[in-house]
Amino acid sequence: MIITKIYNEPKFCQTEILRYAGCKNADSEILNLLESCLDEIQDKLTYRVCYRELSVDIAEDICDFGVFSVRSKNLADNLASCRTVILFGATVGVELDRLIAKYGRISPSKALMFQAIGAECIEALCDAFCKDIAREHNLCVAPRFSPGYGDLSLATQKDIFAVLDCSKRIGLTLNDSLLMSPSKSVTAFVGLSDGEIKEMKNKCSLCDKKDCSFRGAI
Amino acid sequence: MKFLDYLKNNIVYLDGGMGTLLQKCGLKPGEYPERWNITHPDVICGIHKDYFDAGSNVVCTNTFGANSLKFTEDELEEIIKTAISNAKSAREKSSKKAEKFIALDIGPSGKLLKPLGDLDFEDAVETFAKTVRLGVKYGVDLIIIETMNDSYETKAALLAAKENSELPVIVSNAYGEDGKLMTGTTPSAMVAMLEGMGADAIGANCSLGPKQLRGVVEELLDNTSVPVILKPNAGLPKSVDGNTVYDITPDEFSDEVTELIKKGVRVAGGCCGTTPEYIKLLTDKMYGFLPVPIEAKDITVVSSYTHAVKFGDAPILIGERINPTGKKRFKQALLENDIDYILSEGVNQQEKGVHILDVNVGLPDIDEAEMLKNAVCELQAIIDLPLQIDTSDVSAMEAALRRYNGKTMINSVSGKTSSMAAIFPLVKKYGGVVVALTLDENGIPETVDGRVAIAKKILKTATEHGIDKKDIIFDTLAMTISADTNSAMTTIAAINRIKTELGCHTSLGVSNVSFGLPNRDAVNGVFFALALENGLSAAIMNPYSADMMKTYYSYKALKGLDENCTEYISTADTFTAIANTIEVSTNKTSEEFKSELQRAIIKGFKEKAGEITKELLKTVAPLDIVNDEIIPALNIVGKGFENKTVYLPQLLMSAEAAKSAFENIKAILPVNEEKSVGKGVFIIATVHGDIHDIGKNIVKLLLENYGFDVVDLGKDVPPEKIVETVVKLHAPLVGLSALMTTTVPAMEETIKQLKEKATWCRTVVGGAVLTQEYADKIGADKYAKDAMETVRYAETVIR
Repeated sequence: MIITKIYNEPKFCQTEILRYAGCKNADSEILNLLESCLDEIQDKLTYRVCYRELSVDIAEDICDFGVFSVRSKNLADNLASCRTVILFGATVGVELDRLIAKYGRISPSKALMFQAIGAECIEALCDAFCKDIAREHNLCVAPRFSPGYGDLSLATQKDIFAVLDCSKRIGLTLNDSLLMSPSKSVTAFVGLSDGEIKEMKNKCSLCDKKDCSFRGAI
Repeated sequence: MKFLDYLKNNIVYLDGGMGTLLQKCGLKPGEYPERWNITHPDVICGIHKDYFDAGSNVVCTNTFGANSLKFTEDELEEIIKTAISNAKSAREKSSKKAEKFIALDIGPSGKLLKPLGDLDFEDAVETFAKTVRLGVKYGVDLIIIETMNDSYETKAALLAAKENSELPVIVSNAYGEDGKLMTGTTPSAMVAMLEGMGADAIGANCSLGPKQLRGVVEELLDNTSVPVILKPNAGLPKSVDGNTVYDITPDEFSDEVTELIKKGVRVAGGCCGTTPEYIKLLTDKMYGFLPVPIEAKDITVVSSYTHAVKFGDAPILIGERINPTGKKRFKQALLENDIDYILSEGVNQQEKGVHILDVNVGLPDIDEAEMLKNAVCELQAIIDLPLQIDTSDVSAMEAALRRYNGKTMINSVSGKTSSMAAIFPLVKKYGGVVVALTLDENGIPETVDGRVAIAKKILKTATEHGIDKKDIIFDTLAMTISADTNSAMTTIAAINRIKTELGCHTSLGVSNVSFGLPNRDAVNGVFFALALENGLSAAIMNPYSADMMKTYYSYKALKGLDENCTEYISTADTFTAIANTIEVSTNKTSEEFKSELQRAIIKGFKEKAGEITKELLKTVAPLDIVNDEIIPALNIVGKGFENKTVYLPQLLMSAEAAKSAFENIKAILPVNEEKSVGKGVFIIATVHGDIHDIGKNIVKLLLENYGFDVVDLGKDVPPEKIVETVVKLHAPLVGLSALMTTTVPAMEETIKQLKEKATWCRTVVGGAVLTQEYADKIGADKYAKDAMETVRYAETVIR
């Protein structure tokens, strides 16, 4: 019951790209850099998502999805009012990693910019997908929640990859150290609810990296 | 009957989906279907029998994911053994009168290969080899490698099959809606590589329905000389009431596949969503149809991991600049293992418009096999042009061919018996188009006849090795006219004869012709034009030469090979001096800069910084430029970054501009004097298990700017290698980067080993997940929150 979806380029935001690249203000040189990177990346990204619907039973901090269960207080809170969950994997493809690798060697400023573009594009893809899910089911969706957020262990990736068949469906693979390849990819739980969704606290409050320059910005 | 004999004269029907049927029988999400061979042999055997009964000639064992990455060796053996026995008993039980074969099914490993993922190529080969050896042990008729969505992994699997069995191997890839593999490879590039390596049939399966795969199938049919496989899904999946349903019926499916069989597909079946009913209808509809004969395609082609480059009407340019001969800076880069320099030579030539890159890294005193292999891997990680492997060292040649992701050009073989005996077996095994030099034990014949005679000898020997004529390209050897003024015309006449008499393609190292003469480019350009007009197919040449590029684009325009002269027009302005092309934005007059070079660095104008430095070097001492211009400019930018008035991309653009200035200085400094610019060795690495290195690369760039001698060990570096290098170089400082909480333990282990074996060495750590607290916990000497902080710390340690 895994479904694969292919998207056209979702709407993304240049200001967000610049923020990911560490720029609060951009001068003309930076805007030129961004523009040349956007030109170069044209048609090189693919937007693929695979997903399946799971039921969820929550007992204290255990979320039981039938096919596997995880212990996470933060995820349990996130899915509190949900009976159904969409588990998805999304990626913008391997070509971006090639560009980042290429410019990492010959022009790190471009590599940084491609990295930022990728970060924004995968976010935009996830947003577009979650919006679709909400519309198709005519339900409210909880903010998506990924392994590594708060107390949800990265090891959950192994369970997710086992039930989503990501490598065959969308070319997304998991490395031994639980990194994903291609790098600009997301796996996440999205709770569906016909009632109110509990507002998630600022994502950053769940994170231990107190000196992060992006902290509080999301 | 043997499978290949049957394939020669018949359409071969494969089976249909397995996974979809197992799910209906109760296979749970996340459960390994391969285990069902052992736990539910009746179910598996029943499905196989249904396919044989429906008319399948081949059933694929239920071993799609049976590999040693997923299962222990004992369980793997049990799975493959029972899978084959299930298929065999199905064959015995089926009463259908048709030829029946059993194929060992090999699917993708589920991992992405390095450098994009973490599975090493040779580990992938060995993983598939284990499965192949078990298949051979328990007895199958053929091997099917299927649903591969990465060309590199496909190569690993095919190599494993060929090295560990004598069985026929058919290979099928999963193409996406864009007609390419997920890693970007086109069908014609797959054909080039797979046919070169000796696949017995090549095709497409899974991912899409027959209708969507039509374009892919047509491209395969147009390019390959071996049978084409089509094993599509039952259309596209959609969700109906929570169940996956495929969108075409057995009737529609069999109609569409029938149509493609009539166009030439020779091996047909179904994939996800198809059932015995689909296969039955297909075989019924095709009953009595005679297969379309397979035509040999006479296409000379090489490929990269993205595309194929065909030799034909338009001349092919092979960039010659990755070669240390006569280049001091390149030699130095090789000795220092400065791969970035080699990569930038590749990227620059690609930007100039070459189609193939020649790669020669031969120097005395270096391990050429290791260096060539690394250079090939690094180049193909970032550049999508096919490569021409250029070496006289046979072991280096094999190391490079093995790792190459595509069908390469091989430079070169000659008419010498020893050369042919060494090179042709490699061409046969790994595939490739080989450049054949028309010389032999007696040297280079002075006459055209002599060179053509050697060409004939080479062709004859190639045929004996099973190598097709289309995979040989002759180089009739350009010799300098300063020694013999008739030599150029002999070379050109030989090109003409080889093309017209032997019907073979040719290639020339053009630049040799002018050796010893002044203004060599002028002669090279005209010689190139003459050779082209006499049928030259490809040139190994210098793409930075305006004369050569002028000739190339003018020739194409004049010969009707450049529609609307588009290429000529778009490149014409580059034929004149390059110095004029630097653009300077002049709208910032209010800002004050000490000098033009400082301005270029601070504003991040890379080309301009290089050009100005080149000019300055005519009058100013190199070290004065470094101390009075570059360092002060970098300090301004660095302080700006620390004060948050300059952002990271600006810092990097400035750093790249400074690097470009440094490159020009390096180019004229004698090697020993250049060292005095440096401050001391800084070793940098991304730790074991971590494959993202942008942060590390940023730190490296800035450190180099500030004069540190940086040794970059790359990414995913084991602790032992870092310690070994630190000890060898007695390095005072190591920088370690980690991105994930899961790789910080590798960082901790590295620091632990350093504390034991390199007590003098300090460590500075950074990366997305690192914090001061974390750094303290794992015993690092310093946590740096960004690249500038690393530079500042390094300045206190290394002086």
